[in-house]
Order: sequence, then structure tokens, then C-alpha cells
Amino acid sequence: MIRVLAFALAALAALPAQADRVLSVGGSVTEIVYALGAGDRLVARDTTSTFPQAARDLPDVGYVRRLSPEGVLSVRPDLIIAEEGAGPPETIELLEAAAIPFVEIPDGYDGAAVLAKIAAVAKALEMPEQGAALGAEVQAALDATASAAADTPPRRVLFVMSVQGGRILAAGRDTAANGIIAMAGAQNAVTEFEGYKPLTDEAVTRAAPDAILMMVREGAEDLADQVLAHPAIRTTPAGRTGALVQMDGLYLLGFGPRTAQAARDLSRALADLEG
Amino acid sequence: MVAISPDETAQWDRAPRARRTTLMLAALLGLVSVFSLTVGAAGTSPWAVLADWLAGREIGLADRVVLFEIRLPRLAMGALVGASLAVSGAVMQGLFRNPLADPGLVGVSAGAGLGAIAAIVLGGLLPAGLAAALGYYAVPVAAFAGGWASTLVLYAISTRRGRTSVATMLLAGIALGALAGALSGILVYMADDAQLRDLTFWGLGSLAGATWAKLAAAAPLMILALACAPMLARGLNGLALGEAAANHIGIPVQRLKAVAILTVAGATGAAVAVSGGIGFVGIVVPHLLRLAIGPDHRFLLVNAALLGAALLILADVIARVIIAPAELPIGIVTATLGGPFFLWILLRKRGVLDL
Repeated sequence: MIRVLAFALAALAALPAQADRVLSVGGSVTEIVYALGAGDRLVARDTTSTFPQAARDLPDVGYVRRLSPEGVLSVRPDLIIAEEGAGPPETIELLEAAAIPFVEIPDGYDGAAVLAKIAAVAKALEMPEQGAALGAEVQAALDATASAAADTPPRRVLFVMSVQGGRILAAGRDTAANGIIAMAGAQNAVTEFEGYKPLTDEAVTRAAPDAILMMVREGAEDLADQVLAHPAIRTTPAGRTGALVQMDGLYLLGFGPRTAQAARDLSRALADLEG
Repeated sequence: MVAISPDETAQWDRAPRARRTTLMLAALLGLVSVFSLTVGAAGTSPWAVLADWLAGREIGLADRVVLFEIRLPRLAMGALVGASLAVSGAVMQGLFRNPLADPGLVGVSAGAGLGAIAAIVLGGLLPAGLAAALGYYAVPVAAFAGGWASTLVLYAISTRRGRTSVATMLLAGIALGALAGALSGILVYMADDAQLRDLTFWGLGSLAGATWAKLAAAAPLMILALACAPMLARGLNGLALGEAAANHIGIPVQRLKAVAILTVAGATGAAVAVSGGIGFVGIVVPHLLRLAIGPDHRFLLVNAALLGAALLILADVIARVIIAPAELPIGIVTATLGGPFFLWILLRKRGVLDL
């Protein structure tokens, strides 16, 4: 009996049968799964997967870098698609021991990275046609954004992650914020360091941004007024004109299928500021 | 002159009560252990697996992984870490004759924290060969090395002419802790977003990373330290009278200090290395037991090991199931449940326990 079952299973595995209990880990990966029309194959998601609304109704297996091995196994996934850096490694090792296919999707902060993500997710889900279609669609949007961005004068934009105790936490090189600012045809005002770091007041003044870019988080306190009232920001062109743009965090920094749109929105918002 | 009748002394003899407590705690530990194997997000039942195994049926791969690769090593790790932290706390409080003492005082926690942060932030700078050899053990190994290094430095600083000054150790520990904190701060500044997340989670502690390989590395040390601890009991009892008095009644005080500090560094260093920062167990468990069975270290140390193990296993069960399929860092559970409970005990026993 067991042998018959094993043969049946082996035969099934040989067929191009699609995984239909998929766990998606990472906000942009989940967005791509839905954009490919495979949302109904998802059984669970991680904490960072908050778009589209339907994703929120799925069970949450925890933060992307702190997945609990038993929690992941409890949703009985037959495929896990995770963004780069999902972990911890102990959990990934146990999932391999449990023979659950695990696909890691490379990350990156430009248009090519978005297309690569879409291709990788489509391959993992065995949906080549849908993947190609979505890829072409996103490629067209990226091209449109790029040509629109090329026409706009490059403005200096300061991305402010948060204000803690009066210190501005800004985005430097190699960040999603830096990537989206570049795609919108603008210039990151801070290029001295990598990642997100606090800026001294003098560095803020020297960065001389024409506009401030921030995220809006639901339920979180609105920091826009606080940022514009910040003494160092007030010395900058952005502070004097009150040029501040706020956008949804995952939309702005997710580098998923909506990124071309987000860059376009950002570009327009920056143009509107100048009036 | 007051004549004390044998009946009255019997009333103050807490040994029978302590022995009963030991039995009860051992039973509690057994119960909690079985409980922790039976609950979890995956819904795997050890009884069903046992029945399958007895009937000679094949055990499903998922069930096997959940039971033998996830829950069992976690249970063993929880028991050892809980026992290590609680016994270390009891030994430190006895050694420093201070109810607030915890393993942090000998620099273990600060050093281990610095080691872990260094491994998380600077791990990418390691030579590729070494990084590959260490794999995800880089953080536990660095935490353990950091904990030991800071304890040895502290011991060397506070020992002059073969005599260790507990007071110097306390003060030097504060200075060394501040230094480790500053170095950690520099590393935190250098860290990127993902590393900061990792640091935060490490500080909150978790048994989620328990694997047999980690257990094989850390368990011998924790077991050795736990086995050494009861031998310190008489000496710690003598030390309660003060160092001079302890010397007079024939206790080798210097050797006691050295062994106690090494025991604590070994047990706590290994525990912190594999589970991150789990606060509260080391300070609360000994106090609860002192209220119940008195301060005699002969009973206190054994009972602390049992209660520490049982409480940490229970806290881990809560951490695993409360927001399943995700899980909570265990440090949050120990502090949110333990803090108010400990306060309640203190308020009720305010008269008895004059801190």
C-alpha cells in the first residue's frame, strides 16, 4: 500500500503539478503573487505582506527575518516563496529537512530588479505566460516613468525615515528610498553614507534638499509638521517652501509591481510642489 | 534566658518543606515538559506519533520534523537555559550577598551582548572560509566568547594578591558594562536596517533557533556548571555570615569565589549564547524560592534549577502558541507575566521580605 502511494506521489511530482498551498514571505513578493492572479493559491503570508487587502486576511507567520519553524509548518505549505534575507537560517534549514520547496527571490532597488523579481516569482509558481505578461506590462510602465522622469529637472530630495528626539533619520545610498528617488528623476540629497542613518543638523543644512519625502504609516503619528518645524530643515529650500511629499511605505519602497506607478506619482508630486 | 524546646526548633527546620518542594517542582517540570511536546502551531500530537511508531507505521515527515527537530530540542534547550539562568542568579545573590545580584554583574551579559552585536554587524567582514565554517553559529560563538572574555577580565581586575574583592568586581562590572554598551552603540550605528532588526530580536531572546547541533555545543557546559553548583551550597551558606566569618569557620573563600564565578560564566554564557537575552528568570526564581523554603543554598540551588527550567519551558509554550503561526520573543513573555507576578508577591510579603 505504501509502495503504491509512493509511486503515485512520485508520478504526481513528475507532472508539472502546481503548488497550491503557497506561503509568501515579503511584501513585494506577495504583491507579485496577487498581480500574477495567483492570490487564491496562497495559504499564509508574513507580517510585511500588507497589500492587497486580501493578503491581510491570510494567517501571519511572523516577521520576515524571524520566521518560526513550527508556525511555518503549521500552515502546511507545499511551496515557500521568500524575499532575499528571509530567515533565520535555522528555520530555513528545518524547512529543507521537512522537504518543503523554498525559493528565494533576489532583491534590488531599480527597475531591472523589479522585472527579475516578477520573473523569479512566476517561475516558482510555474506561470510563465502570466509572468511574461506582467513583466511586459511593468516594463512598459517603467519605460513611461523613465521618459517622464527624463523631462523633469532633477531636484534634491531628502528621504526622512523618522525623527527621533529631534534627530533626522535619513536615507543614504543603497536604500529603497534612494532607488525610488532616482527612478522619479530626482536626486538623493544624501550620498555620503549607505543605509539609514541619523543626520546632524549641519549635515541637513548642507544637504540642502528642495523637497522632503516621507512615508505615511496607518495608525502612526503624522510627523510631517514636526519635520517641517525642525530647526535644521527650516534652513533648507524644502523647509522654506514647505515642500514635503508623503506616500504609503510599501507602495513607495516595496519595489514590487506598483513601483513604476509609485515613481511616477512621486515625480508628479515633486513637480506639483514647485507649482 | 530562653529555653528552646525541640518542638519549637522543629517548627523552624525548613528541610522537610524544602524536600517536599523539590518533589513538587520535579513533578511540575515533568508535566510542563510533556505539555510542551503536545502543544504547538502545527497540531502534531506526540501520542499519535507514538501510536504510529508502536504499530510499526511510518511516521510522516512533517510530524517527524515538528516533534524531533523542533519541539524536542526546544524543550531540552528551554530546560537547560532556564535552570542555568536561575541557578546562576541564586549563586550570584549568595556570592554578592545582595538580593539584586544577577549574572549581569560579572559582565557576562554585557560581554555576550557585545559579542553577538559584533557578529551580527561585522559578520560580513569575516574571511569567507571562516564565515562558511561558522555558518549561523557565528552569533552564539561570539556571544559566548564575549561573555567569557569580559568575566575573565573582570576577575583579573578585581583579584589582587590572590584575593578577589567582591566590591571591586561590582564597580568594575559597571564600568566594563558601560564600555561594552558604548562599543555596542558604535556597532549599532554602523548596522543597517536588517541588522538592527536582528539585534533587537536577539536582545529579546528566543528558543526558536534550538537545534540538536547547538544543543550539543552548549549543553555539556550548562550541565557541567549545573553539576558544580550544589558543591557551592555550603560555602555560600557560610558566606552569608560575611567573608571573615566564613573564613573562620573553615570555608576556602577565595576558591569558592573563583569556582562560583566560573560556574556562572559558563552556565550564563552558554545560555545567553544559544537563546539571546532572556531577562528576569535569574532574579525572580531564587527570590520566589527563598520566600517558600528559606535561604539555605543546599535546597535553594536544586529547586532553582527545577523551577527555572519549568518556568522557561512554560514561557516558551506561551511564546509559541499565543500568536501562532507567528511567535513572540520569549523575553517579552517572561517579563510581562513575571513582572506583575513578582510585584504581587512582594506586596503580599512586604513584611517578611525586607529588601
